Amino acid sequence: MADLFGSVVLDDDLHDDRGDDRRDDRREDRDDDPAPVIDLVAGRKTYRTGSIEFEALRGVDLRIGRGEYVAIVGPSGSGKSTLMNVLGCLDTLTQGEYRLAGEDVAQLDEVELAQVRNRRIGFVFQQFHLLPALSALRNVELPLQYRRVAAAERRARATEALERVGLGDRLHHRPGELSGGQQQRVAVARALVGDPDLLLADEPTGNLDSTSTHEVLALLDELHAQGRTIVLITHEPDVARRAQRVVHVLDGLAQDEHSPAVTSPAEGRA
Amino acid sequence: MTWTETLRTGWAAIRSHGLRSSLTVLGILIGIAAVILTVGLGLGTQKDVSAQISALGSNLLIVTPGSSTSTDGLRGGFGSAATLTRSDADALASEVAAPDVAGVAPEKQTSLSLEANDTNWTTTVTGTTESWLDVRSRSLASGEFLTADDDAERAAVVVLGSQTATELFGRTNIVGQTVTMSGTDFTVVGVLAEQGASGDANLDDLAVVPLSTMAESLVGGWQRSSLSTIYVQAASADQLSAASQEVTTILLNLHGATSSDAADFTVASQDSLVSTATAVYRTLTVLLTGIAALSLLVGGIGVMNIMLVSVTERTREIGLRKALGAPPWAIRRQFLVEASVLGLGGGVLGAALGIAGATWLPDVLDTSVVVSGAAVAGSVAIAVGIGLVFGVYPATRAARLAPIDALRAQ
Repeated sequence: MADLFGSVVLDDDLHDDRGDDRRDDRREDRDDDPAPVIDLVAGRKTYRTGSIEFEALRGVDLRIGRGEYVAIVGPSGSGKSTLMNVLGCLDTLTQGEYRLAGEDVAQLDEVELAQVRNRRIGFVFQQFHLLPALSALRNVELPLQYRRVAAAERRARATEALERVGLGDRLHHRPGELSGGQQQRVAVARALVGDPDLLLADEPTGNLDSTSTHEVLALLDELHAQGRTIVLITHEPDVARRAQRVVHVLDGLAQDEHSPAVTSPAEGRA
Repeated sequence: MTWTETLRTGWAAIRSHGLRSSLTVLGILIGIAAVILTVGLGLGTQKDVSAQISALGSNLLIVTPGSSTSTDGLRGGFGSAATLTRSDADALASEVAAPDVAGVAPEKQTSLSLEANDTNWTTTVTGTTESWLDVRSRSLASGEFLTADDDAERAAVVVLGSQTATELFGRTNIVGQTVTMSGTDFTVVGVLAEQGASGDANLDDLAVVPLSTMAESLVGGWQRSSLSTIYVQAASADQLSAASQEVTTILLNLHGATSSDAADFTVASQDSLVSTATAVYRTLTVLLTGIAALSLLVGGIGVMNIMLVSVTERTREIGLRKALGAPPWAIRRQFLVEASVLGLGGGVLGAALGIAGATWLPDVLDTSVVVSGAAVAGSVAIAVGIGLVFGVYPATRAARLAPIDALRAQ
């Protein structure tokens, strides 16, 4: 795997060196991991419209360790999207505890949540959400702009991230000049550029054809192999199967399912 | 997000909607140009009037017939009544009764046609005495001014303004030539030095004759003994108010009036004339500027409108930026910067248009337009301020958007 992320690369190398061991350890001792990336305890989320209350999450317990690749599946209306918003710090719980990489984020205000999103989470959305007026490079630079990274370093890191997703020759193309798969890879580069603790992908292949879907999923597999923590929200069983672990959401509750995957991506690649 | 980046992002957003942004800028532009022009016109007119009044001479009191202040609400024929006479002017020249008065120049004016050879020229003919030249701060280009003897002998002599001389003879060295007025031949004894135009009044187009000669051969009837104006020059600026007091007292006595309420004349200083005139123009300026400011307000509403549209259009962008870690203040700043850039654009272009108009208008309207640097800088600042003020609400709305809702917007 190319070393493209400066200090980040060092971490990835470390992960790679002992990657398989670590992953095996975690599978056995997950509950004892000192700082899981996601630690959600009895999470409840209630929406109120007028006098009608709707409980979207009814006490969700979810723990995701570092380096895990988890798919969250469930029919629409199950609370899947709400869970994703809560995990992504886009929304807060009505009740319960949520620790993201050891940091209690349940009580944070809007500004602090923005910082947490910026530092700890990389988002990949179904609709890509790239800014059409900006080049691929400028789009990828965005998260670093809100972190006050100097322009030269920002450019270097964004370039590296784009090279990492195989778009080193498309730096100055605007989203409109890229294919759907390429746009989503730009979005993945944007999610990676800030070296977040968690990569949160919401239906990343929902708007892609089968070739592009394959491209993007292969990219996620690679990132997982490098030790990235990935949470993928999807309703497609084929996509969910790529993950190491599948969590079913139904009626506001989450339940772990043993991974249906025959081989883990790392083993598959080996 | 640094200021530079915020500015660059704002500029890109403004440029991506060129027509819309231009129209918004146009609204501010028109308002700013209107304000600069109306203020400039107002100040210019005040300047013209002041210049006109100060061109009359220095340390002057202007005594006019009739009263402008009447307790019963009637204007006693201000400026037109025939209440001032030659003997009034002579009394004011008395050193005993009016020690603070340095010179007195009675004036009687009428409009007449002058003939020289085959040329005709109509101008203002002023009948006065030898002291006129000093009191009115004029000088001669050639020849001599009227003398006391001319006045006593009712001599048929005339002093011409430089323009009048040129119009009649095509040159100004015309001492000794003859000019005919109302059938009487007048000998030109002098030509006045050029003074230049002051506002509407041309100070170089006039003919000056002895007051006595004028009363005898140029005007008739009841006008014969009356004066249009008496110019009284105080010995110094400090003695102006004392001189004014003396003039009032003497004239009240001569006219048999018991109190200043019953005065049938008006004594005004140059300052008081200037302030009266400028007060009128100031009111007008304030009124016009108010209307111009209204158009600026409408321009500001345009900014707010366009920013609200922009926020709605870019809801998803706002959501994305928030998801990527933009705090509310960064979003707010983004939209405020965009609104102020629109204001700044309108301000700068409006100032340019205003300055262009200010250089062009004097040729068309024949008035001065005063555009000060402070006024221009002030209007540009106001334009930016308007952008800011009218950008606050849309920017706050953008900053308050919840990221999830914003991301899901269509």
